[in-house]
Amino acid sequence: MNNIGIYIMLVAIKLKIVLRKMIMKLTKKIAVKEVVVALGVGALVFGSATVNASPEEDLNAFKAYYKQKFPDTPMNDFNNGVYSIDAGSREQWESIEEFPPYEVFVELGEDEWGREFANGKSYASCFGEDVAAIRPRYPHWDVNSAKVITLEGDINKCLKSNGEKPLKWKKGKIAHLAAYISYQARGQKINVIIPDDPKAQEAYEDGKRFFYAKRGQLNLACADCHVYQSGQHIRADLLSPALGHTTGFPVFRAKWSGKSKDGDGFGTLHRRYGGCNKQVRAKPFKAQSDEYRNLEFFHAYMSNGQEINGPAYRK
Amino acid sequence: MNINIKKIKLKKKMAAVVLISSFVVTAGIVPTAVAAGASDKLLAEGKAIAFSKKKGNCLACHRIEGGRMAGDIAPPILMMKMRYPNKAKLRAQIWDATKANPDTVMPPFGKHRIMSEAEIDKVTEFIYSL
Repeated sequence: MNNIGIYIMLVAIKLKIVLRKMIMKLTKKIAVKEVVVALGVGALVFGSATVNASPEEDLNAFKAYYKQKFPDTPMNDFNNGVYSIDAGSREQWESIEEFPPYEVFVELGEDEWGREFANGKSYASCFGEDVAAIRPRYPHWDVNSAKVITLEGDINKCLKSNGEKPLKWKKGKIAHLAAYISYQARGQKINVIIPDDPKAQEAYEDGKRFFYAKRGQLNLACADCHVYQSGQHIRADLLSPALGHTTGFPVFRAKWSGKSKDGDGFGTLHRRYGGCNKQVRAKPFKAQSDEYRNLEFFHAYMSNGQEINGPAYRK
Repeated sequence: MNINIKKIKLKKKMAAVVLISSFVVTAGIVPTAVAAGASDKLLAEGKAIAFSKKKGNCLACHRIEGGRMAGDIAPPILMMKMRYPNKAKLRAQIWDATKANPDTVMPPFGKHRIMSEAEIDKVTEFIYSL
């Protein structure tokens, strides 16, 4: 009986694969047709062809996908990562949050915020006095440099312009300061704006390509694990949905905490990108490289409407 | 030419002797230490490579008997002879799963040299035994 059950299951799996392939073939054909039609229309109406979906269309499709995949998760809860989709993990996490292990490091960030530079100024001279207003502004597009500007980027820019030594990018003081800044902005919503500027659109598209492209010896895209397989287990670990991924950064990870001498588990988004790339056995890009800033632009935009909840505790 | 034919004939004779003697051994219910031992060793090696996080890491996605904390991304590994009547096809799937499905999340173990050809042979034997 048991064997028959297993066999039926295997046949079902096989059928599913065959069906999926058929659907993929069909949609590819349709997509090609649509592109051809769009090209034709574009060429006729505008004299130029744009076939990319707009960021807004991408975002709506992204949200709809997760809503369907995790019908029990309220849309505004995806910013809690795996804890939004797994009750057991959530319970553990909530008990950790009763005495958050990250608070002492957020306080270090507050000290850094208040630190007086050699020239008598402080971070407030660059960011303004209202700390709570800072985090929701990042990342953003800068027209003059035609680049994506990140919070970490502006922290070091501020230090340099005041004759101070810039901080290391991925952890330590920069993460503490960013954690303090995020803490003050908790509850506000992510609202990344992709301006109607071809260069900004290209940066967004670049980040999107990065997200969906397979890479590394293991040949895995960000989307493979965090879109298509989100909610599944890789070994015993649950794969988090990408929706709401960036709201909690900088994050405090148990894994990083265990690795550091003083239990400091803080790391920036780009530290995490580097770790993810290494896990698929790809050579990581440098923190704050064009590649990772463009990825952040796309990735953060996909969390538009989600509440900022940094610094978040993660496994 | 003649020498070659003689050699082949000799090999055939030797093979026959080995075959017959092994039958005798099995018929006598004496444990077939040599023959079964080699196969067990091969399967054990294949299993070690399949379970190694650095090599096959099959358990990341597949449930396999004898493996702990397996993932659930991909179908469990069982009844493989029924699923893959042709062993070469199973090996090809391990070597480069993207050939059958470009979107697969299964890493191309041979194509990207995650495992050597010899390691893939052993893993194939192990998986095929399940």
